[in-house]
Amino acid sequence: MTDTTSSEPPVEEAVPTHVDLAADFRDSGVAEVLDELDRELVGLKPVKQRIRETAALLIVDRARRRLGLTQNTPTLHMSFTGNPGTGKTTVALRMADILHRLGYVRKGHLVSVTRDDLVGQYIGHTAPKTKDVLKKAMGGVLFIDEAYYLYRPDNERDYGQEAIEILLQVMENQRDDLVVILAGYADRMEKFYQSNPGFRSRIAHHIDFPDYTDGELLAIAESMLDDQNYRLDTEAQKAMADYIALRRTQPHFANARSIRNALDRARLRQANRLFNTSGPIDAGELSRIAASDIRASRVFGAEQ
Amino acid sequence: MRITQGAFSFLPDLTDEQISAQVEYCLNNDWAIGVEYTDDPHPRNTYWEMWGNPMFDLRDAAGVMMEVKACRKAFPDHYIRLNAFDSTRGFETVRLSFIVNRPKTEPTFDYTRTEVRGRTVNITMTTER
Repeated sequence: MTDTTSSEPPVEEAVPTHVDLAADFRDSGVAEVLDELDRELVGLKPVKQRIRETAALLIVDRARRRLGLTQNTPTLHMSFTGNPGTGKTTVALRMADILHRLGYVRKGHLVSVTRDDLVGQYIGHTAPKTKDVLKKAMGGVLFIDEAYYLYRPDNERDYGQEAIEILLQVMENQRDDLVVILAGYADRMEKFYQSNPGFRSRIAHHIDFPDYTDGELLAIAESMLDDQNYRLDTEAQKAMADYIALRRTQPHFANARSIRNALDRARLRQANRLFNTSGPIDAGELSRIAASDIRASRVFGAEQ
Repeated sequence: MRITQGAFSFLPDLTDEQISAQVEYCLNNDWAIGVEYTDDPHPRNTYWEMWGNPMFDLRDAAGVMMEVKACRKAFPDHYIRLNAFDSTRGFETVRLSFIVNRPKTEPTFDYTRTEVRGRTVNITMTTER
């Protein structure tokens, strides 16, 4: 056995009299995460602003704790509201990284769950299921997507209530071990908090994710393609811009997720087109997505 | 009589921080932790009752400590041990096992000698509670 388990009291560390917040910020590596966030995520201005503010709060709080001005762990549970495809999960991942770098969670992993992972089908199934998920999320961040499904007011015997009670208990008692992020549509989350005041009072940070503008979505499309070594030619860029404007007016529009699906289908069409052409093809042609690949979409067909 | 089974059993009882540190070591090695309890620490009683399933895919000791505390609450006067199972091919066995809870008064063992054929003596050990 090593000396880490010796029972002698640790030597009293001298309490420092001042801290350098800028140095703290630099050393923690949070700056890199924030810069990455700025660089890699298009748009989301208010979200980035809120995350910067939260990071500042955490750094100051950590400094206060070092000077002995405070003892308590701040409430870090958060609520991300916004339409589908606005980057909630992606930001949650970055948030876990920030919290880890600042030492508020020990491991910094993200466990992403929905109602199905927490709530059982029969009596007595829910508690072990919820506890299992909580145990896996310990030391990291638990991300509950579409959290409002946990509460079903129309069925008073719904097991969701049981999961909610266990969650609340752990959120309160094990704040050092786990950070919970609830996510979902803004209006339905609002209703959820109204019927579960326990959650509202335990969540300190509410962050609202706005929809992307058309220009931002085009930028997202290009960066997604760029990651996979594809590019849009000039015609295709116009087609994509038209596509985004049209797609927005149709039902089930899910911001960046719709764009990703559209691009997946465009790649499929591009592959088919290349497959049917004869003769040699160069690398440029293999990575070029033409306007016809996008114009063939069902979205354009709908207006005719 | 102080039962000395598993690792660390000749040391003073581990504190919760020490247990967490050991669990952390196990999780870093990708071992799955199982909580088990019994009221009969007889050496031949190899299989103790399981407190839930072994816990796979944990990242932090806090999850295990949650179960240890729950088990202690339910069985404060039982033996509770943690088993760390290594699923690596070639091991596929428990790599570390140690006791995390003992009853206030530990049982003793009773020896019964039985003379059998010739000069042979059979010894039977039973838990005296």
